[in-house]
Amino acid sequence: METYVNIFVDAVFPGNLALALFLGMCTFLAVSKDVKTAFGLGIAVIVIQSITVPVNNLIYQFLLQPGALSWTGSESLSGQDLIFVSLICYIGVIAAMVQILEMTLDKYFPALASSLGIFLPLITVNCAILGGTLLMVEKQMDFVGSCVFGFSSGFGWALAIVCLAGIREKMKYSDVPAGLRGLGITFITVGLMALAFQTFSVIKF
Amino acid sequence: MADDHNPKKVLTDPFINNNPIALQILGLCSALAVTVKMETSIVMAISVTLVTGCSNAAVSLIRAHIPSSIRIICQMTIIASLVIMVDQILQAFAPGLSRQLSVFVGLIITNCIVMGRAEAYAMKNGVFMSFLDGLGNGLGYGLILVLVGFCRELFGSGKLFGTNIMTPVTEGGWYPTNGLMLIAPSAFFLIGLIIWGIRTIRPEQVDAS
Repeated sequence: METYVNIFVDAVFPGNLALALFLGMCTFLAVSKDVKTAFGLGIAVIVIQSITVPVNNLIYQFLLQPGALSWTGSESLSGQDLIFVSLICYIGVIAAMVQILEMTLDKYFPALASSLGIFLPLITVNCAILGGTLLMVEKQMDFVGSCVFGFSSGFGWALAIVCLAGIREKMKYSDVPAGLRGLGITFITVGLMALAFQTFSVIKF
Repeated sequence: MADDHNPKKVLTDPFINNNPIALQILGLCSALAVTVKMETSIVMAISVTLVTGCSNAAVSLIRAHIPSSIRIICQMTIIASLVIMVDQILQAFAPGLSRQLSVFVGLIITNCIVMGRAEAYAMKNGVFMSFLDGLGNGLGYGLILVLVGFCRELFGSGKLFGTNIMTPVTEGGWYPTNGLMLIAPSAFFLIGLIIWGIRTIRPEQVDAS
């Protein structure tokens, strides 16, 4: 149990996908203009992340890793190492999930779908998602661990984007130099937030 | 947006006028992570330029045959294959560099520039123009990458391409290295400042809000 709590805390604060590992930056900066949209996207990322990381974990365990195919019982298959196609498999799963989510949103939440715009299909290329999967593989997690990690890393990302959106909403009222307005000042804010999140790195249970 | 049918414009526009990082906000993750050194920045810039150009051309080539509901998967397959090629080539000919770049070569797949241009440009335009657009965007991306890499390596460790320019204090020189430059938040600050610079020269890019 403790390991799972640790995975959660680690993925939300010191190992935060957005602020510590700098993954999913493009969407992070572009969709953080107001809290509502940021919240919607955050939820979308949590959902996608909680689905894709465990699914990719299963794919890795039972199809890709060296000797993974031994459950087939076939002599020639069990010796295979399919790790070189791993990237294409992971991204296939992610792309399929995103496409399903896009269709669902289009049908049931058209307002959210249109406010996310091009950034919905771009969740596919949100490095946070693929990064989450690659990190999961790198840390050799078991299935339950990968479920926890998927959810918590998505949660950390959502937390970060909602925080940033909150700050940006307040920043509308500040007098920023013209050239720095919008994107420029956002970068600097994120830099400061990143420094702040790094201070959480000592939390351990 | 610029004239879509003038080859020179399509190629050079992304350098400053419509820079993928500074204006379109695409492809930031790798820009932040690989720019600690010049060498990795340049290799990354070249890889991304090649992948963007080729994937744009390939996507444009088959754009009439892709049903729009599965277009993302088609695009990703093309991009992933190209990235695997780049990855294998790097591993074969530059194993050291490949190890330094580690997951970030794989993450070119999820570099939004590649996908963003495929989605926004290649799906609507001809093969040659899409190729140019891909190259241009890759180069515009590379430009920022090299700039940031230059600042971070020079001020962070006093070196360029691994050779000493300003001998750091730790090696008996005079330059106290700036540790902040080596951790990722500095990349945010630098890109923020670059954007400030670009928008001071081109006031029309300033955000309305």
